Amino acid sequence: MSQVIAEDRSVPATVWDGGVSPYKIGHKKLGMWLFILSDSLTFSALLFGYSYVRMSTPNWPTPFDFSPGILYATVMTACLLSSSLTMVMAVNASAKGDRGAVVKWIGATMLGGLAFLVLHIREWFHLIDEGLKPFASPAAWGPSTPLFGGTFFTITGLHMFHVLTGVIYLGVIAARKKSNHEDVEICGLYWHFVDLVWMFVFPLIYIMSIKAK
Amino acid sequence: MDAEAAHGQSSGNKLYLLVWFGLLILTAIEVFLGYERLPLNLMLVLLMGLSIIKAALIIFYFMHLKFERTALILTILPAMVIVISLLSIFFPDALRLLTHPANR
Repeated sequence: MSQVIAEDRSVPATVWDGGVSPYKIGHKKLGMWLFILSDSLTFSALLFGYSYVRMSTPNWPTPFDFSPGILYATVMTACLLSSSLTMVMAVNASAKGDRGAVVKWIGATMLGGLAFLVLHIREWFHLIDEGLKPFASPAAWGPSTPLFGGTFFTITGLHMFHVLTGVIYLGVIAARKKSNHEDVEICGLYWHFVDLVWMFVFPLIYIMSIKAK
Repeated sequence: MDAEAAHGQSSGNKLYLLVWFGLLILTAIEVFLGYERLPLNLMLVLLMGLSIIKAALIIFYFMHLKFERTALILTILPAMVIVISLLSIFFPDALRLLTHPANR
């Protein structure tokens, strides 16, 4: 009688009996998924708020020319998508235990993120030079609403902050000696989430505001 | 080694390249659609439909969710979809403001 707990062998043990993770992922990865779930709701609330005010406002400006506006935004989208690809390559390399390749691929991902940030800030300054403020549209755009600036800067600004945080997070994971495969995977999840949000910001804010001919 | 990796279900580089390329094509389609003269509702349905496909590709392949336990998929996705969809409850009110501007 070396057993401490009496086992009822008539009932098969399942993953819900404790001692294993029902999702078969570590607690850190589950935590990141739950964070992603909640952060998606934050961005959804902002995007729905923007859609609400846009739908109920008759004079919503559509100021984006193909160049520089839409062109910049499309290149930025390509940058983020490509950085997601390099991130997946980093996770693959980390699964194979190739640390050198992991650092290389994470470096490439960071470059994609930095390119996105540089282009985005340049685009912000194009608009600010035109006269766009968080609380007012440029007079040159004709009768307009102050909400364009508010929604634009809030949504793209929060996303930009996520990209910046992501680049720093990537750098820390790449630089740390004790980063393991799970750390790289979790970092990858965050980075793909940043890309995912952009997949909705881009059509709703940019494509829907293409300047009508 | 790359051919072997490509045949591996979850670590196939070829699969990720295909997904990436698909995402670029879908983005190009979205930009093209932006320059077509379409009724607003159709434009929105198409753009959001394409974005949801792109999101699904990223979530299932890049974020690897397709290859995780079903229990995880069922924990994350239905909750996300339902809560996000519930936000659309406010759109009738936006329409109210649009059609009755005096009540703003």
